[in-house]
Amino acid sequence: MTSALWTHLVKDLRIEWRSKDAINSMLFFALLVVVLFSISFDPRGDFARDIAGGVLCVATMFASVSALNQAWAREIRHQVLDAQRMAPTPGAELFLAKVLANFLFVTIVQIALAPVFLVIYNLRIQGNPWQLALVLPLGTWALVANGTFFAALAIRSRNRELLLPLILFPIFLPALLAMVVATKSILTGESDPSLWIKLLVGYDIIFTTVSLLLFDVIFHAE
Amino acid sequence: MKKLAIGLYAAITVALMIWGFYQAIYVAPTDAMQGEIFRIIFYHVPSASVAFLFFAISLLGSIGYLAYRHSHPEWAQVADAWALAGAEVGVVFCTVVLTTGPLWGRRAWGIWWTWDARLTTTLVLWLIYVSYLLLRRFAAGPQVQTLAAVLGIFGALDVPIVYMSNRWWRTQHPAPVFGGAEGSGMDKSMLGPFMWNMLAWMMWGVFILILRYNVERKHQQYATEEAEEALAANF
Repeated sequence: MTSALWTHLVKDLRIEWRSKDAINSMLFFALLVVVLFSISFDPRGDFARDIAGGVLCVATMFASVSALNQAWAREIRHQVLDAQRMAPTPGAELFLAKVLANFLFVTIVQIALAPVFLVIYNLRIQGNPWQLALVLPLGTWALVANGTFFAALAIRSRNRELLLPLILFPIFLPALLAMVVATKSILTGESDPSLWIKLLVGYDIIFTTVSLLLFDVIFHAE
Repeated sequence: MKKLAIGLYAAITVALMIWGFYQAIYVAPTDAMQGEIFRIIFYHVPSASVAFLFFAISLLGSIGYLAYRHSHPEWAQVADAWALAGAEVGVVFCTVVLTTGPLWGRRAWGIWWTWDARLTTTLVLWLIYVSYLLLRRFAAGPQVQTLAAVLGIFGALDVPIVYMSNRWWRTQHPAPVFGGAEGSGMDKSMLGPFMWNMLAWMMWGVFILILRYNVERKHQQYATEEAEEALAANF
């Protein structure tokens, strides 16, 4: 990969390493969502296993929105965004660097959340646990790639923080469905998740490609 | 001359809608399986067709805007007006579909709503285009057209994926009535009323679409004039 991508990635990772803003806020937010769901639905036994996958995915989704908004809002200060716009490197590299950084943050949150999750919902994974290591990153990639793209789009509007979830969630719906159904089938071990994994792969390929192609259009929109 | 043509078109459309109503309620025979409730098909299916057609127009407008925004700014403005008009009027017709659908489903299936492929796709389509309209409202300045065009393309890409994913998930909506498998199709006595309603609603939809398009073009004109005046005042 080229040096511009690497520079952006290292910069974002370093900022996060020093402040830990994104990971801390996401982790706490996701934990809150998990607790709120447990209190609202009082999950036990089979029911807990049925809804756990959905709760995990939705918690990640809500939590990542706050971090994704910050990913670009941070660049507005000191006119960094304008400088990046003028830089003679393709915007796609900047975009990819941001996606990689945020993908890493959300993955860390998921890994940290997993044990809490298993405890609160009393889960015993019935299916093949290694498939989870495929489903969750694929779903997270779909969320983060689209989210980073739409955050860059929403940053150009008046009430940007409000707009991101409004435009991201409808587009993300099929990936969320695939992620939830696949996670559920792994947790319960009742059905084969391979079809849903394929759907996630397809979704990731299509939307990542289109995002890379169209990023310059929205980044330089005026 | 133009006003006369518009008035004539509107008069024909209204006449057709009255005729269509008469055909749907009094001429078409009661369905052997579903009884009277099936008559909602004369409103449900035409509205769905109009909505999907207008969303397609909106997609073409979005692509056109992105393609021409540098080379032919004037064409791009036209394309953008079509994109906005298509999305907005499409959402209205899609709302009609999503309202008549549950009414029908309650009688025919015994439930208001089900998470079936076509219902979910229509709902997601509606959500996507509402978010498109929200973006157009929230974002200010000239970049909104570019941003909206990109979102329009993303939304359209999403629709086939939503459809496939829900087909694998669960499906309850009947197979296509027209051009479907053997045994599909409508009785001749219902086909006439159906086609009249299709024509009437299509003409009505196009009428609203063109009105909305013209409003948007006027809006663009005033915005340009205002910008030019502001520029001139500075000198």
